[in-house]
Amino acid sequence: MTMNNQGRPTAPGTVESNELPTISGDRGLDHEEALIFEIGRAGMTGVDIPQVQMSDTKLGGLRRKGPVGLPGLSEPEVIRHYVRLSRMNYAIDAGLYPLGSCTMKHNPRLNEKMARLPGFGDVHPLQPEATVQGALTLISDLMRWLTTLTGMPAVAMSPKAGAHGELCGLLTIRAAIAARGETRRRILVPESAHGTNPATAALAGFTVDEVPATRDGHVDADALEAKLGPDVAAIMLTNPNTCGLFEPRIKEMADAVHKAGAYFYCDGANFNAIAGRVRPGDLGIDAMHINLHKTFSTPHGGGGPGAGPVVLSAALAPFAPLPLLVQDANGFRMIEDRAELPAGAQPFGRMCAFHGQMGMFVRALTYMLSHGADGIRQASEDAVLSANYILASLKDVMSAPFGEGPCMHEALFDDSFLEGTGVTTLDFAKAMIDEGYHPMTMYFPLVVHGAMLIEPTESESKESLDRFIHVLRTMALEAKAGQRTRFDGAPRLAPRRRLDETAAARKPVLRWKPKDLPQAAE
Amino acid sequence: MRYLPLTNTDRSEMLAKIGARDIDALFRDVPKAAIVGRSAFDLTDTKGELEVDRLLSRMAAKNVAAGSAPFFCGAGAYRHHVPAAVDHLIQRSEFLTSYTPYQPEIAQGTLQYLFEFQTQVALLTGMEVANASLYDGSTATAEAVLMAQRLTKRSKAILSGGLHPHYAETVETVANLSGEVVRTPVTPGNAEDIAALIDDKTACVVVQSPDVFGLIRDLRPIADAAHAKSALLIAVVTEIVSLGLIEPPGAMGADIVAAEGQGIGNGLNFGGPYVGLFATREKFLRQMPGRLVGETTDAGGKRGYVLTLSTREQHIRREKATSNICTNSGLCCLAFTIHLSLLGEEGFSRLARANHARASALADRLSKVKGVSLITPSFFNEFTLKLPKAAKGLVDKLAAKGIIAGVPASRLMPHEADATNLLIVAATETTTDEDYDAFVAALAEAMS
Repeated sequence: MTMNNQGRPTAPGTVESNELPTISGDRGLDHEEALIFEIGRAGMTGVDIPQVQMSDTKLGGLRRKGPVGLPGLSEPEVIRHYVRLSRMNYAIDAGLYPLGSCTMKHNPRLNEKMARLPGFGDVHPLQPEATVQGALTLISDLMRWLTTLTGMPAVAMSPKAGAHGELCGLLTIRAAIAARGETRRRILVPESAHGTNPATAALAGFTVDEVPATRDGHVDADALEAKLGPDVAAIMLTNPNTCGLFEPRIKEMADAVHKAGAYFYCDGANFNAIAGRVRPGDLGIDAMHINLHKTFSTPHGGGGPGAGPVVLSAALAPFAPLPLLVQDANGFRMIEDRAELPAGAQPFGRMCAFHGQMGMFVRALTYMLSHGADGIRQASEDAVLSANYILASLKDVMSAPFGEGPCMHEALFDDSFLEGTGVTTLDFAKAMIDEGYHPMTMYFPLVVHGAMLIEPTESESKESLDRFIHVLRTMALEAKAGQRTRFDGAPRLAPRRRLDETAAARKPVLRWKPKDLPQAAE
Repeated sequence: MRYLPLTNTDRSEMLAKIGARDIDALFRDVPKAAIVGRSAFDLTDTKGELEVDRLLSRMAAKNVAAGSAPFFCGAGAYRHHVPAAVDHLIQRSEFLTSYTPYQPEIAQGTLQYLFEFQTQVALLTGMEVANASLYDGSTATAEAVLMAQRLTKRSKAILSGGLHPHYAETVETVANLSGEVVRTPVTPGNAEDIAALIDDKTACVVVQSPDVFGLIRDLRPIADAAHAKSALLIAVVTEIVSLGLIEPPGAMGADIVAAEGQGIGNGLNFGGPYVGLFATREKFLRQMPGRLVGETTDAGGKRGYVLTLSTREQHIRREKATSNICTNSGLCCLAFTIHLSLLGEEGFSRLARANHARASALADRLSKVKGVSLITPSFFNEFTLKLPKAAKGLVDKLAAKGIIAGVPASRLMPHEADATNLLIVAATETTTDEDYDAFVAALAEAMS
């Protein structure tokens, strides 16, 4: 134990002293928190609403017969409950969040402020169009930023997240193929793809044909070309790919795909590596969704909401879904009806009610205006630089399956450096939690054994990266030296130790139930 | 650029460590012809916070905010008062800037509130289990139809004419790929005879209550008719506050409930982001789409929560997954669950009663205007009026006077001749008697 010159301990005590039970069950700032259903009581409320007289003659005889079963709490109790819950979460604002493929970058608070302006946050999707010209202008401006940055002529704005954008893109392709009088039902998906790609292809009515990866982490372009044929509708490729590498033969693959009469769908999850520097339209891409919650900093919010606009090539643009935003002498308007379509438009349908994730649009445009084209380019460069810095600083102690680099915006390691140590990728990642870090993405992409995918983003200072590198280097060296103490059973210092996921799945408890109700499935 | 912490010195040192001459060397796999310079983008450069704020505030000011006018739009999105605590809490960094809770040891905050959310949704809808949300009500409805097709191994989905047309179109987009979608005729102010259409090929019937015109539907006979043919009833709710006063779909025999949760905790936001609620019977659990949070214990024996049954999901099952969904509506769920926790049983019931009382008062006043009739004999906080002329023209006229009078049915169903003169009007706890005075006077004047 280290002491300062007053004899006060400055280093953390041992695990054992940390585990001294407290009377309350809480530990200093770490509070345990019961379920809200266990702390409320009948009759209390945190919102004062007058009790009104009301007749039930207009309820069609269907007035609710019993109570809902909600607990009653005052406002301070509710606030304390959620504040305590919040403190059990890791967050970007609190520390480096190197989750590969997820682009956990800084979420500027100006974005939040702008989205809450009453003119954006308090307008209804079906108000008369004359009363929402500012909102439609914002969507139009965002469309211009997206099409300009991607070098694509059109964009469908309504998809509500990345996977929804994938569906939109594939349905556009399906409609384009149908318009040619053809039926093509096969989609080529690399084995390194995000799980959403094959799932979306299946949902859109296609069969999935996997394309293998080469030894150096790229899509096997020769294998892909060999699989092309008259029944292939499209390829779905992530570029930069999920191994963190740019596909050097992308243009060649695009040409081959087009020559075979198919379309090129790009998963835009990794656009943050190239925004402002490379235009997907120049690579021969026909459709690409853009995760506004990744590249354009709209908050991940614990898993949503996202937004997944899809940029489209000239060949696919006519098939974009409703609604369509158009501008005429009277200003902007939304075309929601097939009878009013502009010449050539053949929308495949509608992705969702209303016009898309406006709240996310405001945040994304705020980010774009703040950065500007120069700042977006700088951000991509910094993201790539930081990932390469991590790769270069760790590759001698961890194992980089694809050699010397360079990588794009994420650095991929496998578990061969842990071979024979008894420490697994999972142990290594969980030990990072005790060091104050969120683990990297683990066991993805599937093409690498025990994958660890690190995406630092452009939001970290060099000091922060150096500290992170120091921690990971030390951990790797300890593991290799057979010092397993900090890995076995990690984490120790988090609000919870490892959780039993097997038990959770075997006998699912998916909701709270009052004690007098049976807990098991009937 | 204020969001980028690296200095030029840092960048040089980092390049040196990497052994790269310059940043271009890191992009060496990109075809040279595909690398473009700043001039390729006709876009503005970095702007300070003040400048961006000014620009966007001007844009926002060109819209008429609902709170600044007598305002009566509903039809799938409802304006309610959201307590200040809700927006404060959802902006806590630990909620706002965290990701999907894949590392449960450091995500118990998100996991526990999702578990509570699932419980609340199950209770509200009267169902046994609920998921951790989908994108919105319309996409939840589409997922429900796909789930019914999987469960019954049948192809046909029958959609009630009272289902919000945007929802029906969203269902058609995906359900037509794997089966057949039949829409029954639109019968404003009446329930259609949907039971007669159910046959041995029917996977499900989809009925919204209150329907798009505001009419409260009795789901029990439809559930019985569906079950008699081994089909499922999907109940759709677009105004979730209605369940504070109306029998929940689960008590009327629904097999799946797909609902829009925006009305609790979430603002109008010009149509999104919202929060899709999805609930069903426990026996259908394994065919359910979307994330689920389950209770378990940690290695130290403490109760905790994890994402569970993920063998249904795309990241494990890939093309065999129950859905392609990955992202849910995390932060919107949080807003929903905090608002509902603040309300509690008593507050939620009072809120629902206040809404019905406010709407009843408005319906009484408007139906006394000459030439106007109320066509929905039952309703919660939204009803439909038949006007003597086209609703759209009147709504535009009233908008010019600063009154947002509601949604013309023709906006949602432009090809229904009978809908031309119909106006869908919503009133909530936020609409006042002064708003009603202005609305009634302006409507009478516009029609005279």
